[in-house]
Amino acid sequence: MVPSSEKSIGLAGVDAHQRSKRPTIPQLFGVFLYIGATSFGGGVVAYLREHLVERQKWLDPDHFLASLEIGETVPGLISTNVAVIVGGRLRGVLGSVAAVLGMTFPGALGVLLLGLLYARFRGNPEVGATLSGIGAAAVGLIFAVTLQIGFREMKHWRDVAILVPTFILVGIIHVSLLPVLVVLAPIAVQLNHPSKKELSAYHAQQATYHAQLAEHHQEVSTRHAGGEMGS
Amino acid sequence: MNKLVSLVNVFALLSILAVGGGTAVLPQMKHEAVIQHHWVTAEQFADIYSLGQLAPGPNMNMVAIIGYKVAGLAGAILVLIAFYLPSCTLAFAVGKVWDHFEGSPWRDAVQRGMAPITIGLMLSGVYAIGRTATFNLDHSARHNLITVAISALVTLTLLLRHVNPALLILIGGAVGWFALRMM
Repeated sequence: MVPSSEKSIGLAGVDAHQRSKRPTIPQLFGVFLYIGATSFGGGVVAYLREHLVERQKWLDPDHFLASLEIGETVPGLISTNVAVIVGGRLRGVLGSVAAVLGMTFPGALGVLLLGLLYARFRGNPEVGATLSGIGAAAVGLIFAVTLQIGFREMKHWRDVAILVPTFILVGIIHVSLLPVLVVLAPIAVQLNHPSKKELSAYHAQQATYHAQLAEHHQEVSTRHAGGEMGS
Repeated sequence: MNKLVSLVNVFALLSILAVGGGTAVLPQMKHEAVIQHHWVTAEQFADIYSLGQLAPGPNMNMVAIIGYKVAGLAGAILVLIAFYLPSCTLAFAVGKVWDHFEGSPWRDAVQRGMAPITIGLMLSGVYAIGRTATFNLDHSARHNLITVAISALVTLTLLLRHVNPALLILIGGAVGWFALRMM
């Protein structure tokens, strides 16, 4: 397990300075368990940032942002995705497993206990009334989150042209998600396809990068050869 | 046994389809659990979702309650695994290759293109839960007035101020207990 996690650190580009702050698996599990047990009210991502970047300093803000970007793009819960990616960056596969288990276990246990209580007291009108209030507040919460992301991301008519059919198909007429995504995702990406200019700039940049890399390799091997001759 | 298989099938598929987070799959989860499989009623689904807000951690842990109701502890554990494992595996794999596409214009196109789909799905999720929890024609006008007011005030507060959402959820519960129990 150790070699594979070493390799993943190298791939993630964490520098030597960060390597010294690399947590052990139990440390990683402990911190995620703490986050999982204290992050009430949704918004787990904010708790993750607070602990991983500010308190433990295992990640710098840029690394955290990059992990968040991936977590928002791939399917699944954003919080568990970020846990997987951060755990993997710090400690490979075992790190991912420890992070997700730690983060979900307390809440899963708590919610099961609440479920048992619910089954017992469901008929009680006071419990029903309290849950109705909580449910209404929860809708207000996810609506606010949706609006905040919406205001941030909706910049163009194209975005509305994709958002409205998505909402009508899934929200109103209950078409299954799979066909909706299979049809709409390629259209949405195509509508946002990079311009020729962007693509050629990117390819030019890649070419320069590879040329520089080759030059660098050349230089290193020359220096090595030179060093051996000198010694 | 059959029940366990359908639980795993449903939640593993939802896991992979959850583009943009848990809210995105709420409409389909509700549809599967209430209409397709009759695991819970619409009212129970809304209640279970509310319970999920009371526990710490990811607010979709409430899927465990559905599993428990259908098939006991084994159901709860299997549902949690089915709901988390596929998307986590995918996230791990993408996390490995993501850096290779740094600066690629196509990576940006995927991100820009998926954003409105994500928001459309989140709105669908809000609507699916809201139709039961906020504005429900089965409830009295007074009940609806109060739940609409709670939802709207929570949304406004969160848009205007930095408040811990957990506090608002608790206040919502207290208002519900106070104003809705006589009905």
